[in-house]
Amino acid sequence: MAENEAYVLHVNGSRREVADAWLGESLLYVLRERLGLLGSKAACEQGECGSCSVLLDDELVCSCLVLAASAVGQTVVTIEGIAPHGSPSDVQRAFVECGAVQCGFCTPGLIMAAHALLERTPQPTGSEIREELSGNICRCTGYGRIIEAVQRVAVWRAIGP
Amino acid sequence: MSVLIPTTLAETVEALAGEPSSMVLAGGTDAMVEINGGRLHPQAVIAVGRVAELRTWTHDVTSSTLRIGAAVTYGELEGRHFQRWVPALSQAARTVGSPQIRHVATLGGNVATCSPAGDGLPVLAALDAVIHLVSNAGTRDVTFANFMVGPKRTTLQPGELIEAITIPVLSGWQGYTKVGVRNAMVISNAGACLAIDDEGGVRLALGSVGPTIIRCGDAEAFAASVVDHESRSVTDADATEFGRLAAAAARPIDDHRSTAEYRRHAVAVLSRRLLRRAFPNG
Repeated sequence: MAENEAYVLHVNGSRREVADAWLGESLLYVLRERLGLLGSKAACEQGECGSCSVLLDDELVCSCLVLAASAVGQTVVTIEGIAPHGSPSDVQRAFVECGAVQCGFCTPGLIMAAHALLERTPQPTGSEIREELSGNICRCTGYGRIIEAVQRVAVWRAIGP
Repeated sequence: MSVLIPTTLAETVEALAGEPSSMVLAGGTDAMVEINGGRLHPQAVIAVGRVAELRTWTHDVTSSTLRIGAAVTYGELEGRHFQRWVPALSQAARTVGSPQIRHVATLGGNVATCSPAGDGLPVLAALDAVIHLVSNAGTRDVTFANFMVGPKRTTLQPGELIEAITIPVLSGWQGYTKVGVRNAMVISNAGACLAIDDEGGVRLALGSVGPTIIRCGDAEAFAASVVDHESRSVTDADATEFGRLAAAAARPIDDHRSTAEYRRHAVAVLSRRLLRRAFPNG
């Protein structure tokens, strides 16, 4: 793909054209500034905070570290695509119920990480939760209620809410 | 700026020959930090994450080696096959960044960046790994020791691509450990890999405490003369002396992450601990 050539990304089940963009832009920048998907948060932009986490071909990644133009042909799921508008996912409901959301800035990234974790490990231990969420920084909660929320979803998925 | 997403090795090598100044982008976890920060402005990018040949690994039973494609991710290296065959590499993989980073960051990218703090590198140095390079002029094999020549400086030539890394599968104990400000998402302030080779030799390589990864010849020779493989034992005094010799081999500096003094101390502790784990008795 050459200078300023338009390209197509597959985001939340839709074909999204990215035109007139510099090819060096990160996926995070393109999601927010070109496609208007503001759920993924821009903070450190060096992979340290996890607030921009999305699923790329079903793998949890920091969208700030993905060259958007290199994601052509891959599937991207952002926080906006995790559940239909108005009907939150089980992870989102558990975060609300457990008080795992305070300022909310880290929440979209943590929700994505929690979904990825529970997909791979439906019944995670406490240390598995801590290790799998270790790439997501929260400065408000102290993580206790976030871990509780993940554990609650694991119970719901095993025996029902 | 242009972006190419080849799917075969031949296509990649050809593109690199046509534009030798191209930036080869693997996981992007180093490169995108620089691009986002405005410090790197590549004119041509070759994204190699979908090159099938670079995404594979093979275990050769006859030669007892693992050949790992350059674009195999640290997430994959955490897996059970690698835990069994190269436990030190698997342990190092698990300390790289976070799950998000490990899902995309590659062994070849770690080798290409060649930071003294690269977590996989002390393992490659201790195990005498061989780096396989390819260009349109042919292939070239170089030992890791001859590949890394300084901080983020390598003997990779323009037009050359890191294709794979071959690591011997050893039967003795091996381990990797590092020190940083927390257990996750941290760049090491000091790291060490210890491996027992098939001749009973003790290998020790240090990361983050010098311009390159440092093999500790004096400590290795000392350990070989004092450990007892049969009873898996070493005395406390000898383990401490091993740590002291490792620290003496380090060439640390003060920087924004740590001090030379602390790094030297940490190297002595890490090396002693690794030797103790390999030889838990006595």
